Amino acid sequence: MNDNDFDVTENINNEIKTNDVVLYMKGTPAFPMCGFSAATVQVLTGIGVKFSSVNVLDSDKIREGIKKFSNWPTIPQLYVKEEFIGGCDIVKEMYESGELLELFKSKGIEVNPS
Amino acid sequence: MPMTKESIEELIIQSIPDAKVSIEDLRGDGDHYSATVISKSFDGKSKLDQHKMVYDSLQGKMGIELHALVLITKAE
Repeated sequence: MNDNDFDVTENINNEIKTNDVVLYMKGTPAFPMCGFSAATVQVLTGIGVKFSSVNVLDSDKIREGIKKFSNWPTIPQLYVKEEFIGGCDIVKEMYESGELLELFKSKGIEVNPS
Repeated sequence: MPMTKESIEELIIQSIPDAKVSIEDLRGDGDHYSATVISKSFDGKSKLDQHKMVYDSLQGKMGIELHALVLITKAE
């Protein structure tokens, strides 16, 4: 995709509308390029929730755009049903307290904790 | 340009005056920190808002000058 050729906010809106759980991250779930992204993938995998991921390293426009979109300065960023949930620390904390599992359940998203 | 522990602490306290801040340099490289911030002003706020307050105090340096900051926030 040509990086200059699309509306980044529209692209993000589309992505989080089409997918219940979206992780904006550095790298891919199989090959995370940053420890924080890796840790967040690990949480989601541990919960056994299906998620779609966007590699911000593929596009500078998305990398900057997602930070403006959520008014949050770091990556990864987790979105559930179009709502920004948080970065790595918040996701990990919510996982440990059980809140994350509850959140998925309350939104009717299928989970399969290992 | 990495930031020093002291400058991070200073920025946080400037905008959250009652904050108790403890910072750890995770790798000793001046670039990967963990910060625990305790403040009454977090009371009643969501984690998301608490973390945002700390990020705001860093005046845009987070994610640019400061690459990695593990953040733990507590109301008390």
